[in-house]
Amino acid sequence: MNFQAVRAIYGFEMARWGRTLTQSVVSPVLSTSLYFVVFGTAIGSRIAEVDGIAYGAFIVPGLIMMMLLTESTTNSAFGIYFRRFTGTIYELLSAPVSAFEITLGYVGAAATKSVILGLIILATASLFVPIHIAHPFWMLAFLVLTAVTFSLFGFIIGVWADGFEKLQIVPMLFLMPLTFLGGTFYSIKMLPPFWQTIALFNPIVYLINGFRWSFYEISDVNVAVSLGMTLCFLSVCLVVIWWIFKTGYRLKP
Amino acid sequence: MQPIISVSDVSKTYATGHVALRTINLDIREGEIFALLGPNGAGKTTLIGIICGLINPSSGHITVAGHDIVRNYRTVRSMIGLVPQELSTEMFETVFATTAYTRGLFGKPKNSAFVEKVLRDLSLWDKKDSRIMALSGGMKRRVLIAKALVHEPRILFLDEPTAGVDVELRKDMWNVIRRLRDDGVTVILTTHYIEEAEEMADRIGVITKGELIVVQEKHELMRKLGKKQLVLELQKPLDAIPAALQKHALELAPTGTSLTFTYDTQAERTGITALLADMREAGIGFKDLATSQSSLEDIFVDLVRQSR
Repeated sequence: MNFQAVRAIYGFEMARWGRTLTQSVVSPVLSTSLYFVVFGTAIGSRIAEVDGIAYGAFIVPGLIMMMLLTESTTNSAFGIYFRRFTGTIYELLSAPVSAFEITLGYVGAAATKSVILGLIILATASLFVPIHIAHPFWMLAFLVLTAVTFSLFGFIIGVWADGFEKLQIVPMLFLMPLTFLGGTFYSIKMLPPFWQTIALFNPIVYLINGFRWSFYEISDVNVAVSLGMTLCFLSVCLVVIWWIFKTGYRLKP
Repeated sequence: MQPIISVSDVSKTYATGHVALRTINLDIREGEIFALLGPNGAGKTTLIGIICGLINPSSGHITVAGHDIVRNYRTVRSMIGLVPQELSTEMFETVFATTAYTRGLFGKPKNSAFVEKVLRDLSLWDKKDSRIMALSGGMKRRVLIAKALVHEPRILFLDEPTAGVDVELRKDMWNVIRRLRDDGVTVILTTHYIEEAEEMADRIGVITKGELIVVQEKHELMRKLGKKQLVLELQKPLDAIPAALQKHALELAPTGTSLTFTYDTQAERTGITALLADMREAGIGFKDLATSQSSLEDIFVDLVRQSR
């Protein structure tokens, strides 16, 4: 195990984050806070409680999850894609590092950033709405698990993308709609029965509900299923990354 | 002595169907400077890429200091430093940070003193806090060399190290390479300049169209490559080469207005003085003269012909 290399990659990625704090921390925190102000405080006060929870508080876990998915994916994707774009990937490929070490460095850094962001946003949210966390351990577990999973997912996108456009497409056209439709702002029980069934095919429904359960002990789906789905997606990403390094897909001609 | 790098039956066909390397066999000796000489698109970069782990070969295998490059990739890669042809650098990092990062990536513990030494050797120390994107092309090239040397490799690959580099930096670079060789580092460089290969290398391998045509000691090869031509524009056209000049290796142009003399630059006597003296005696005047070296292409054609 080349610990020096993991540390170097991790440190390098964290330093990149440090240089762009405005873009990488202030901007997601600000935009999520706007959601709290608009939906939580302004409009939320006129919306009835959902499952006995004030609307403003109800949307907090979903919003954190939404930010977590987008940030993990884009951050991780950008980290590896930029290396390919500038050509400096040569260094990584010629270094005595294993696929596992490279992934650990990149994904570890991207996940760390997302978890920190998630906690910052949680703290910000608590300024606007009263928040109660029923299961802090599970809250943290879902946070970390989702951050890792979507950082892995982002890593795959970063290897697959062959232009900045493709790098943006997945978070914008795929993650964003799925999150909105995944019950960030509502309980899927509010949907007509037909759409409730459709919603169950949206993996993000499970992430949001698992996370929300750790706060308020309410969930549209079984929490064990939530956890299972997250772990399942995590495994799929791991297999794809293993395959990428095994075949050299888009990394080694 | 066991070769430090041994390439056996390596070939590469890209997914596009382009055959970059036919069957390559090559041994590199420890401590030598080896130049891989060939025109653009000959397969030089592909061969280096395969040895360094950037490209998967289609067939064949390679050992470095007796270790298989795939099975023992950790041992092998920690011995190798690579300076790529393209100026592929980070943009926003500082020179010091990027160099220290590479050392970590290659599994070496932090050592600011050593990083400093490498940067000083390459006259980069006063730029250590500059962002890389603010540097000139030549400086970026030095950064790439610093990154390749910072993990103390035993073998250094330089892919076209002097392409697009000014004369001063080229001389600097040559000095750096010589110093490395004195420290016992094996250096493999690619170039399409004969002069560069001649200046630097102990041995030269000539590669073209994915084939290694010849691998020889520099001096031996230079004798073959060292042919030059002297063209004399005559004042009055000739019908044939006069008897007095028959003993010289001359060729008369079909128009009869110029004579071409082929000579060997490595020979003790080129025969030019004797030729000119004989011409004066025979009363043949010339109005202009020019010398030319056979182009790399010509030489390759020649070598291919000889090797078959």
